Amino acid sequence: MATAGLHDSELGELQRRLVILRVGLLLVVALLGLRLWHLQIREGPYYRDLSENNRTRSVIMEPARGLIYDRNGVLLANNVPSFTLYVSLEDVKDRNVLIEQLTNLLGLDPVFVRKKIMAKGSKQLPRKVKDRLSLREATLIESHRLDMPGVMVQVESQRNYPGGVTASHLLGYVGEVSPEQLERPEFSDLHQGSIVGQYGVEKFFDRFVRGQAGQKSIEVDAVGHEKRTVVVEQPHAGDNLYLTIDVRLQKVAENLLGDESGAIVALDPRTGDVLAMASRPGFDPNILSRELTPKQWAEIVQNEGRPLNNRASQGQYPPGSVFKVMMAAAALETNTVTPATTIHCNGGYQFGRRLYHDWKAGGHGSVDLRRALVQSCDVYFYTVGQRMGIETMASFAHQFGLGEETEIELPSERIGIIPSAAWKLKAKNEPWLPGETISASIGQGYVNVTPLQMASLIGTVANDGVTFRPRLVQAVMDRATGELQARPTVPKRTLKLRPEILPLIKEALAGVVKEGTATRAKSALITIAGKTGTAQTTALGKDKKAEKDIPKKFRDHAWFVAFAPVDAPTIAVAVLGEHMGHGGSAAAPLAKELIETYVKLMPPLSASATNGMVARDGDAGGQGPR
Amino acid sequence: MIDRVINSRGFDSFDLRFIGLIVAILGIGVLSIYSVTHDQDTAFPFYAKQVVWILLGAVAFLVMWLSDYHRIARLAYPAYAIILVLLAVVLFEGKSSRGAQRWIPMGPFAFQPSEFAKLVLILTLAHYYSKAPRVGWLQRVVLPGLLVFPGLLLILKQPDLGSGLSFLAVYAAMLLMVGMRSKALGVILLFSLMLFPFAWEAMWGSLHDYQRQRIMAFVDPTYDTGGKGYHALQSRIAIGAGELTGKGLYGGTQSQLKFLPEGHTDFVFSVFAEEWGFLGVLALLLLFVALIWLSLEIVSRAKDRLGALLAVGITCMLSFCIVVNIGMTAGMFPIVGIPLPLMSYGGSATVMTLASLGLLLNVKRRRLSFL
Repeated sequence: MATAGLHDSELGELQRRLVILRVGLLLVVALLGLRLWHLQIREGPYYRDLSENNRTRSVIMEPARGLIYDRNGVLLANNVPSFTLYVSLEDVKDRNVLIEQLTNLLGLDPVFVRKKIMAKGSKQLPRKVKDRLSLREATLIESHRLDMPGVMVQVESQRNYPGGVTASHLLGYVGEVSPEQLERPEFSDLHQGSIVGQYGVEKFFDRFVRGQAGQKSIEVDAVGHEKRTVVVEQPHAGDNLYLTIDVRLQKVAENLLGDESGAIVALDPRTGDVLAMASRPGFDPNILSRELTPKQWAEIVQNEGRPLNNRASQGQYPPGSVFKVMMAAAALETNTVTPATTIHCNGGYQFGRRLYHDWKAGGHGSVDLRRALVQSCDVYFYTVGQRMGIETMASFAHQFGLGEETEIELPSERIGIIPSAAWKLKAKNEPWLPGETISASIGQGYVNVTPLQMASLIGTVANDGVTFRPRLVQAVMDRATGELQARPTVPKRTLKLRPEILPLIKEALAGVVKEGTATRAKSALITIAGKTGTAQTTALGKDKKAEKDIPKKFRDHAWFVAFAPVDAPTIAVAVLGEHMGHGGSAAAPLAKELIETYVKLMPPLSASATNGMVARDGDAGGQGPR
Repeated sequence: MIDRVINSRGFDSFDLRFIGLIVAILGIGVLSIYSVTHDQDTAFPFYAKQVVWILLGAVAFLVMWLSDYHRIARLAYPAYAIILVLLAVVLFEGKSSRGAQRWIPMGPFAFQPSEFAKLVLILTLAHYYSKAPRVGWLQRVVLPGLLVFPGLLLILKQPDLGSGLSFLAVYAAMLLMVGMRSKALGVILLFSLMLFPFAWEAMWGSLHDYQRQRIMAFVDPTYDTGGKGYHALQSRIAIGAGELTGKGLYGGTQSQLKFLPEGHTDFVFSVFAEEWGFLGVLALLLLFVALIWLSLEIVSRAKDRLGALLAVGITCMLSFCIVVNIGMTAGMFPIVGIPLPLMSYGGSATVMTLASLGLLLNVKRRRLSFL
């Protein structure tokens, strides 16, 4: 204790110095308190926001697209679950490293991955990198998740077309909304990666089928693992569509064309309902709805058969002799001829220095209107056309819906060409030549029509002059309410013809099948009326070579339009076979077969086909994977 | 004889307040650790382990409280020698974690000699200064400096910048309290020590990011391995997001969702601040200040130099750790690995801190025995 006593004075000094420690302590603690006040009170809300951003991620919940059925409730387009790869940029530490990882893991093109990740858009929303991952790819990503923060695999519904190539042009396909589309107002509520219809009904009725995306806020931990869902805005599935087509008839139509290029359209003339609309070659919408590489895409677009072209509504061909149906009506209405007027056909029509041939060497002799139609006499119509003039012809052609949209509910319908002096001046900057009227009067020259227009034309004749707008979708069902909304049939126009004219023409068309150029369309099951057409694709003056000697691409297009049964038509058909030769031999049998199929499927006396559809509503509603 | 008589009086209201404060802070610590780690799947989660450490620490506290600190101080030199050996052993045989080699494995646990080195250093220096009147620069500064140096070197080699700084702080504090004749110098040095964090921030703030990272990587590669100040930012976010009243127990998303690493150890303060807000933080600061205030009270009433030096060393060490830890979590200066006394999870630190506080209370008991 003595030692301690020695230092008592020092002890006292030490203890006096404590005041410094006390002051220092209070000072430092005050500074700490000030700093904490600054962090928690002054900047508290800012840091609170940061902490919320830290933990919550917005995840888009893609809606299931509406289902598409045929008129009998057969499923044509549905959705199947599939894995989609998303990247949440907020969690990505180094984008270049991530791109490399994804590239290596999935064997993707690094440029492609970069483009997807760097796509414009809100930083909060995850970027869709790849859909339709295989189970193996999805597992691979899940197992590497810890090394790749921000990478998410979501289960989403993917468009699926069970019928594959069947009705592909009608149904269309879907795809990611493009950057250009995103800038348009109708896509304003969409985002990068949204799926929209890009073709066919999928595109035209996209606003019904699309549905509305939902959003969920999920809470994630530091490595991006989903902990719990905070807020859910459920996605709304798109509306279901019931098409007017009968998929059985559609398949038959497609099979009839087989490997040939061409189109077959079948309408119900009484309503405009499209019963079948085939275009060949077709495509598999399941493949096109996927993310295609530029190479795959180029292969499809550059394919010589142009499979993406819907030949029914977008293919434009000279109508050939089918045009004579319209010509006959025009000639009678304008009193250019009477039913009894005869014109002598000796196999050619001399105009100026040029001789316009009839298809039949030697001619048909003296023909009246009925015979001219039945035999498809060219000279008769050369004469009639020459008498009427191109302007009268054009005005009647428009009445029959040629050179105009049928207003079918499909994107990018073509209207063909109905030439006139004004048209030629505008299109070619040349005056109309009188000889061109003669070519036009048998549906050659500049005249161009689509198979759909032809079907509509023959349907109009069958329906006693009333044209219905082609209807593809007969009803839309709201999936949320189950409410079925029928889409109206729209009578578009009535031909301004004296009442006795159409019966005359219909009778003549029945004669075409009975005794004329289309006897191959004669059916034991049902009476058929129709008109053949053989559209020349090369110069008129041809040297009568045997058909099989002409290279395929220079051969004529074969047309046949028909309706049945003759007395009370329920179906109107247009068949076009590209480079298939004569309408009577190549196209007429196809029409006959289609009509017979129709008869077998729907006996003419059966009740309205819509009954079938309504009966199936119960099981159709709310089917999708979600 | 006298000791026994006094002891029989049991503890007074001062002891009660002192121990009450310790228990309160320990409780807050366990609660915060529980909040972060309650969903752990292990059979023996961190909060449960921490309770065990506290119980072990309570034993150490009682031992240090009820022994004679003169007798304990006499063991200082051998103890320091043993610690130096252990620090050397750590370098060769130790267990690594996050790039630093600080632990000696002992069965299922690991023992961290650098924590105990702090207390042993205090004992050693207090013993050195109190044994004889130390006069002149050589005896007052250089010789104790030579004592400190090998330990400091071994600790920095681990590397453990936090413990190294604590070591220096203890040395400087003891030096100032006993040594310097010139009051002016003492005041200046003491203030510079106290203001070191803030001075550091000014200095540090003037550096470029990459320079800082290089310096930090050089001095202490274990921290901020994610780079770009992630750790510091997440800690600031956690504290700031607490706002006035906090997010409530388990509500701290920063730590619950693991955005803030080390929520149960060095960053336990951030966890607490996020869940209890500014009000909670003020309360906690008050508890700490009260504890240090009582400690300083013990220093001021110590009956001999040894007791006063021990008490001042312990008080300064604890204050330094508290201030630096809170300062670093609040982003006032760089992140160095210093745990928050009585709150951070950790066996060695908890036992050492409780032992130190026991020794502190022992100094006060000794004083009373002569009244």
